[in-house]
Amino acid sequence: MYPASFEYQKADSVDQAIAALAANPDLKLIAGGHSLLPAMKLRLAQPPALLDIWGVQEMKGITREGDWYVVGAMTTHAEVLRSDLPLFPEVAGWVGDPMVRNRGTIGGSLAHADPSADYPAAALALGVEFVIRGPSGERTVHADDMFVGMFESAVRAGELLTHIRVPATIQASAYEKFRHPASHYAIVGLAVARHASGEVRAAYTGAAERAHRLPALEDAVKRGAPAPTGLVESGDLLGDRFASAEYRAHLVDILAARALARLG
Amino acid sequence: MTDTKTDTKTEKYFGQALKRKEDPRFITGTGRYTDDIVIPGALHAAMVRSPYAHAKISGVNKESVTGLPGVVHVLSGQDVKDAGLGSIPVGWLLPDLKTPAHPAIALAEANHVGDIVAVVIAETRAQAEDAAAALEVDYEALPAVSTASAALEEGAPLVHDDVPGNVAFNFEIGDEAATNEAFKAAPRRVGVKLKNHRLIANPIEPRSSLAQFTPASGEYLLYTTSQNPHIHRLILAAFVMSIPEHKLRVISPDVGGGFGTKIFQYQEEVIVLLATRLLGRPVKWTARRSEAFVSDVQGRDHETEAELALSDDGLILGFRVNTLANLGAYQTLFAPAVPTYLYATLLNGVYKMPAIHARVTGVMTNTVPVDAYRGAGRPEATYLVERIVDIAAHELNMDPAELRRKNFIGPDEFPYQTPVALVYDSGNYEPALDRAMTMMNYPALREEQARMKGQGKILGVGLISFLEACGLAPSALVGQLGAQAGQWESSLVRVHPTGKVELFTGSHSHGQGHETAFPQIAADELQIPIEDIELIHGDTGRMPYGWGTYGSRSAAVGGSALKVALQKITTKMKKIAAHLLEASVDDVEHESGVFRIKGAPEKSRSFSDISLMAHLAHNYPEDLEPGLEATAFYDPKNFVYPFGTHIAVVEIDTETGHVKLRNYGCIDDCGPLINPLIVEGQVHGGITQGMGQALLEDAAYDEDGNLLAGTYMEYAMPRADDVPTFQLGHTVTPSPHNPLGVKGIGEAGTIASTAAVANAVMDALWHECGVSHLDMPYTAEKVWKVIRDARSQPQAADD
Repeated sequence: MYPASFEYQKADSVDQAIAALAANPDLKLIAGGHSLLPAMKLRLAQPPALLDIWGVQEMKGITREGDWYVVGAMTTHAEVLRSDLPLFPEVAGWVGDPMVRNRGTIGGSLAHADPSADYPAAALALGVEFVIRGPSGERTVHADDMFVGMFESAVRAGELLTHIRVPATIQASAYEKFRHPASHYAIVGLAVARHASGEVRAAYTGAAERAHRLPALEDAVKRGAPAPTGLVESGDLLGDRFASAEYRAHLVDILAARALARLG
Repeated sequence: MTDTKTDTKTEKYFGQALKRKEDPRFITGTGRYTDDIVIPGALHAAMVRSPYAHAKISGVNKESVTGLPGVVHVLSGQDVKDAGLGSIPVGWLLPDLKTPAHPAIALAEANHVGDIVAVVIAETRAQAEDAAAALEVDYEALPAVSTASAALEEGAPLVHDDVPGNVAFNFEIGDEAATNEAFKAAPRRVGVKLKNHRLIANPIEPRSSLAQFTPASGEYLLYTTSQNPHIHRLILAAFVMSIPEHKLRVISPDVGGGFGTKIFQYQEEVIVLLATRLLGRPVKWTARRSEAFVSDVQGRDHETEAELALSDDGLILGFRVNTLANLGAYQTLFAPAVPTYLYATLLNGVYKMPAIHARVTGVMTNTVPVDAYRGAGRPEATYLVERIVDIAAHELNMDPAELRRKNFIGPDEFPYQTPVALVYDSGNYEPALDRAMTMMNYPALREEQARMKGQGKILGVGLISFLEACGLAPSALVGQLGAQAGQWESSLVRVHPTGKVELFTGSHSHGQGHETAFPQIAADELQIPIEDIELIHGDTGRMPYGWGTYGSRSAAVGGSALKVALQKITTKMKKIAAHLLEASVDDVEHESGVFRIKGAPEKSRSFSDISLMAHLAHNYPEDLEPGLEATAFYDPKNFVYPFGTHIAVVEIDTETGHVKLRNYGCIDDCGPLINPLIVEGQVHGGITQGMGQALLEDAAYDEDGNLLAGTYMEYAMPRADDVPTFQLGHTVTPSPHNPLGVKGIGEAGTIASTAAVANAVMDALWHECGVSHLDMPYTAEKVWKVIRDARSQPQAADD
C-alpha cells in the first residue's frame, strides 16, 4: 500500500488549523485517518497536502454542560464507547475493531459523512448539534442539516468541526445494525431515541446516499400506533451485490421494529 | 564418561500437546519474513498490471517514466522474450492438455485483470509505485469471458488462440457403461446442478521475492515466499531462467500462511531474477494486498451437474458427474491435477458406490489462474457428494445420518477399490459418525428444529461424513498420472559432538508447526530432551532435495522420512555403543535414554557419549565411518485417507435471512496425533476457512472479467465472531503403511466444513421451504428471499 506523495503539516490548536486551511486550500484534514488513509493507500484519494489535527487537545474529551454533553470532535471511538453519552457508546461498539476505535474519531467520522457509517443515524435520532469553526467564526448546525449527501456534510472548505453537543436528557435509545459481511459497515443501521419531551426521533443510515430521519415511524410512535412497514421507498435506496435496494428497504422496517421494541 | 547412567529420564513427546516452539517469535513480531530481509543496495520493483481482463498490448512507452525520481529500469514482455526466458511451466500433464504460453511479462496480450504487462524498477518502492502509475501502456480491449460455461458457448471469445474452444482438457474417469446400466435399473434418482464458487486464499503475508545476482561467481540468491523452495529452484533454474541448478539458492524463510497459493512458480519471481541479472543489484518486490487479490492463484470455481441413482430404501447404485472447471487465464503448476486427480478420484466419498462416471472439462477464461487452495479438489468433491447425498435423504424421506450409515464402506472391507482409481487402505466410518452424533446430541437438535419451524428463528443441522486422500504421494503412481515431479520427501539428521541435534526436512512450515512437531518425533526416537533438537527447513542451500509442503503431506511423508533417518542414526549409535561396551550389537538396546547391554543395564553409554565418540573416532569400530549424520528419502506406498464426521448447526433469522453458525462439532480421524494442540489449531482454522466459503467469501467476477471483490471491503473473510466454539474429537485409525501411522490434518477441516455448513443451511431451508438446493455463499438476502417466497405461498413447504 503506497499512497501518492503528499505534504504533511500539523496543527496544535483550532486557531492554527483554521489559519493553515486559510493559507492553503489544498490542505486536507486528517483526524484519526481511518477513512482517509485506506483511500490514499489505494490511491483513490491523492490529496496534495494533509493537515494533521491529532494534537489539537481542545478538541478532545467529553464534558457535561447542563443538559448537554460537549464532545470534542477528536474524541476517539474507544473513549465514546466508555463514556456516559446516550446511544453513542452502543453505536461506537459497532465501529471497526479495537485498533480502529483507538484511533478513529467521532468528529472525523461524522464530518466525513460516509453513507454507511454508524454515527449519522444516532446523531439524527439524538438531535445533536455540530459546532463548526471557520475563518469568520463559529456556527452551530443541527443534525437535521448536517448530512447533505454522499460523503458530504455541512462542514465547508476551510472549516473545522470542533465539537458535538449531545442532549444529556435522552430517556431511552437503541441502535440496530445489519452489517455488510465484508466491511462490517452498515447495510442498514437504525437508531431511535426517546427525548425528554417524550418525542421519539428515528433515523437510518447505510441504505441511502446519506442518513435520513424516519418521519413515518416517528409519527406512528406519536400516535401510539405499531411500527408501520414500507417506511422507505426502495427506489430511494442504494443497492449492491450483497443487498439490493428492495432488501435494504425491508431491513429498515425490520430493524425499526426491533429498535422500537428495545425502547420499551 | 561414566559406564552407568541410571538417572536419565526420557519423556514420551509424541502425542503431547506441547506449545509451539515457533510461536514466541511470531506473536512478538520477531519472525523473519522475506520482506524483512534487507540487502544493502537493493532496488524495488513495482508491477504494472492490466486493468483489462483481455487486451492487446499495443505499446509500452518506457520513455514515459524516464527521468522520474529514482527510476532505474523498465521491463516489458519484449525484454523477457529477448532474454530468452522460458514460459512458466505446468507440472502436471494430462493427455492432450492444451497449455498456453505463460510469460513472466505479457507480451502481446494481457489475459486477466492483474496480468503483468510491465515492471518499473526504482531506488525505493514508493518511487517504483509512482512511476508504475505513470507508465503509459497502450491497450486495445478485447472481448473477455469469465465463467467456464460462458467460455464454452458457441462464439465465445477465445482466451488464447492456441486453445480452441477454450478447452484445455477433457478428462474422464470411471465406467460410463456400468454407470448408465446402474441408472437404468435404479428406481430412484436425484439430481443437482451446483456451482462451487471461486475463492481467494488470502494468506496473511502477501507474496514477496528478493533476488541477488553475484556476477563474480555467477550465483543467484532468491528469498521468496514458497511452500517448496526446491520446486521453485528446479523450475526457475531448469525451465525458466536457464541457471545451473547449483548456482541458484532459494531460501523461503518464515512464511505467513500459504494455503496452496505459495506452491506455485509466479511471474514475479522470474522478474526479480531477471532484473538482478540485468542490473547487477538486488531487487525486491512485495505484493500489495490489492495485488494479491488479482495475482495469487485462486481456488475452486466448478460448475457441476450430477445425478445419484438409488434403491427405494436408499442404497446408492450409481453416481454421474459432469464438471466444468474454470482454470483461469493460465495454467499454473498443479492446475490440471486439481479438478481431475484430486477431485474426480474422490467422488466415491465414504460410500459403497458400485458405479461412477465423471467428466471434467478444464476451461480457460480471462480470470486469475485457479490452482490448489487448501483441500484442492477434495473440498469440491466432498461438497458435491455430501450435498447430493443430503438431497437424496430429503427426497427419500430418510434421516441424512441413516442414509449415510447405510452406504458406508464397512470396516472389514479395506483395502477398498473405488470405481475412480483410489484404493482406500483403511477406515472405520461408523464410530466417527456415532461419536459426532452423540457429542452434538443429534436427536435433540432434530427436536429443536421441529419446535422452531415456522418461527422467527429456524434451525438447520448439516451432517457430513467425508474422507480425503492426502500425504501426496507415491511417486511412481503420480508419475503415471502425469505429474512431472516426485512426491517422496527427505530428511537429514545431524547429531553434533555434544549430542545436540539438527533436523533438516524438505517439508516447509508456513504455519503448520513443524518446528515443534518434527522434534517431538525425533526426541522420542533419539530419547533425548526436545530442547536439544532444532528443525531447519526452507533453504535449498542447507537441506537435501525435497518436494515441500501441500496436500497434507508433511507429517505422513516428511515425518516418515525423518523417522527413517532417525532409525539410521540409532542403528549406527548402537554399533558404536557395542564397540565401547565390548558387546555384540545384537545385545545393545536403546532404552531410557541410554545405550546399554540387555540384561546388564549397569553397562551403558549416554547419547552424548556416543555422539562425541562418533566425532572423535578414537576408540571406534574399524568398519564404521566416523561422524553421525543420516539422510533418508521416503516414498510413500499409498496416499493416506483421513476421514470423519462433521456436524454444523445454523440458526437462520427468517426476518433478515442472516445465517449464524451456532454450533460446530467434528470427529476427525487423522491417525495418531503427534501434537494434539497443533491438530486442534489446524482443525479450527480449517473449519473457519471452509465455513467462509459457505457463508461469506465469494471471488465474484462480472461477465467482462472484472473482479468484483478486490478488497476486504467486498471480499468477506470469516472473523472470530462468525464462528462458535468448536467441539472437537478424534478416532484413531492408523495408516497401515507409513512408519508413524499418521495421516494428515492440515486440510481436513476445510474439506469437511464447507459441505457441513452448506448442508445445515439447506437442511433448514428444506424443512422450512422445501427448497433442495441453493448455491453458496448463503448471503442474507438470498436466504431471506427464499423464506419470504415460500411463506407467501401457503402450501410451499412439505416435509
